Amino acid sequence: MSETIKMPQTHLASLAVAKAYSKGEHRIPVLRGVDFQVRRGEFVSIIGQSGSGKSTLLHLLGLLDSPDVGEVQLYGHRIDDLPARSRDELRNRVFGFIFQFYHLLPELSVLENVLAPVMIRHTLWDYWRHRSAFRDQAAELLGKVGLGHRLTHRPSELSGGEMQRAAIARALMGSPEVLLADEPTGNLDAKTGAEIMELLTSLNAQNELTIIMVTHDEAIAQRAHRTVRLAEGRLEAWGEAA
Amino acid sequence: MYKLLLCTRYLRTRFIALASIISVMLGVATMIVVNSVMAGFSTEMRFRLHGLLSDVLVETFSLDGEWDPNRHMQLIQEAAGEDIAAMSPTVEVFGLISFKYGGNWITQNVSIVGIDPVSKSKVGALSEHLENYKPLKDDNGVEVRGPLYTGNEPPGWDLHPTYMEERRDRISRARVFEPEEEEEPATGLTAAEGATETDDAVRDFVAGNTEEEPQDPAAPHRARVYIGYQLVSVPYVDKETGKTRQLTMAQPGDDIKISTVTAGRPPQPCHFYATIVDTFKSGMSEYDSHLVFCNIEELQRMRGMIDPESGEKAFTRIQIRLKEGVDPDRVVERLKAALPAGKFHVSTWEKKQGPLLAAVEVESMILNVLLFLIIAVAGFGILAIFYMIVVEKTRDIGILKSLGASSRGVMTIFLSYGVSLGVVGAGVGVVVGLLFVRYINEIERTLTWVTGRKVFDETIYYFPSIPTKIHPLMVFWVAVGAVTIAVLASVLPARRAAGLHPVRALRSE
Repeated sequence: MSETIKMPQTHLASLAVAKAYSKGEHRIPVLRGVDFQVRRGEFVSIIGQSGSGKSTLLHLLGLLDSPDVGEVQLYGHRIDDLPARSRDELRNRVFGFIFQFYHLLPELSVLENVLAPVMIRHTLWDYWRHRSAFRDQAAELLGKVGLGHRLTHRPSELSGGEMQRAAIARALMGSPEVLLADEPTGNLDAKTGAEIMELLTSLNAQNELTIIMVTHDEAIAQRAHRTVRLAEGRLEAWGEAA
Repeated sequence: MYKLLLCTRYLRTRFIALASIISVMLGVATMIVVNSVMAGFSTEMRFRLHGLLSDVLVETFSLDGEWDPNRHMQLIQEAAGEDIAAMSPTVEVFGLISFKYGGNWITQNVSIVGIDPVSKSKVGALSEHLENYKPLKDDNGVEVRGPLYTGNEPPGWDLHPTYMEERRDRISRARVFEPEEEEEPATGLTAAEGATETDDAVRDFVAGNTEEEPQDPAAPHRARVYIGYQLVSVPYVDKETGKTRQLTMAQPGDDIKISTVTAGRPPQPCHFYATIVDTFKSGMSEYDSHLVFCNIEELQRMRGMIDPESGEKAFTRIQIRLKEGVDPDRVVERLKAALPAGKFHVSTWEKKQGPLLAAVEVESMILNVLLFLIIAVAGFGILAIFYMIVVEKTRDIGILKSLGASSRGVMTIFLSYGVSLGVVGAGVGVVVGLLFVRYINEIERTLTWVTGRKVFDETIYYFPSIPTKIHPLMVFWVAVGAVTIAVLASVLPARRAAGLHPVRALRSE
């Protein structure tokens, strides 16, 4: 019995990406030509010190920002120069974001926060027609991350770990292909951070979800398949995790 | 969906939004109240002005008048007969009235209008304003006597028996107890004492008008008048009750002395006595404090406006009432063409009262501009509050953009927020404004009670209560204007929100 070996294709890539920010009259380079690729289903962590440009790279990959030079490609197609409307749609359908400070909308309940990506994706009428299916799906996701009992709570009523779980559920609600996590454990204690990492690892394993995680914690970074180090805006090292 | 959800959630959780709603509400309510009161005043005033004036007026340039009203009415009939419902010739002249009150003679300048009550009633309201057609009420508004005449009875010059009895009693008492106070005969005519050169016509007029001594000493004079309410009564505040009362100085059955000029050349002063038959209260201070309606034949006789040979009479004005829906300006143009040039001034009642009506309209317009500025100020308040909310919600905007919300979607949230504030503010404002207008007199009474000072003094404004009139279209436009201002005020903050860079928004503190 022969086994077909399927070569993982390049899912998301940055090609010679450079980015500088203006501070007064000065231009401060953050990324100085970064070539980075991630394969489908891969869990990659980007580590580096504060100010090394890792969050900037994540934002460029997730189309939250545009590079000054270089390209961002999805399945080999350039996506950073697409019209704003297409980039908005890609952010909604292809990417899921997890932030260090959770970034939940304080006016909405946990359930409504998780529903936000589908609310944005669908028209009022479409959402209204399928609202019960969407609510069931969101409740199920929250159940999976251990927040089944917190559906109607406001973010301010949750602990840090719970808020991050809710943020993960929200990121997953849009059925993304790539999960972009910016210091997901940076604001959590070690135990809760480990739980979140466990959740991300299992999501990657079960759903073949491509995950790019930015962290400054090398121990956390070790949980990924591969680690990339950024220093002074340049990619310094590549390495397979243990 | 998220736009609607966030918009309603921001409305519910941001109490500062309440400030915007209240400012819009107050602006809208104030505009509705002021416009309704102004419209009420204006409508009431137009009604009252029009009440005593007919639709179209044909006036002679000369106080001497023109001979033969019938021939002129025939001319008018031929020119615009199909548009005319009724006509009435009148004589108008300035004059003075004098009457005795509390031992003193009170003299006032007036406009004397000689009318035929029956034909005058057909060209404009008359009996509606006469006190004998209304119930008599005491100071507390309690009816003490029913109307002396019903609305179906045409007004005339007979003194009502009630007043005739009072007059008879008064004169009898005066003759018995105060004979020395009768400085002048109870009836009679005095010719101009100062007239040194009286022409034949005037002499004829004086001679022809000397009344014979009547058999009944209490019989009213041949000249009868309806006298303006404000000419014979003055308001005063009762110190005991604090209420405004009217002091009546002369009433039906009393005599007044009228002084005016004859129609001859040169005009000569003439004086005659007249008996008050009724008082009228049109509600227009201008009329009630200046007009004295007299029987036209007597005024014509006294002024020498009756040709002693032919018996032909003169007039100074023909009042015309038009049929429903007729354009008065068109009739005016036709009459101007038909009547002899240089003798008559033809105008509508609105043109006649143009300055007064224009003043009310200008006042109303200026008030509207000022009040709209109040709503505009509320708009700037919304702008400031929205800017603050956008700054406060910068991170939320970043989150929404990271989730795929478009700039237009973000803008819609804040524009919808503005529309919601405008709609809620305007809606509540409309309700509050309409309720205020509905209960404005009750509110006025409460404010008077609380402050101890009259907020709306009917003796100044001459309305028994604050008149209001709500134009639905005005309410609609005020509400639409308020919503538009709220939307315009939210455009700038909404554009700022839409233009926020997602990364910078996410990093904002």
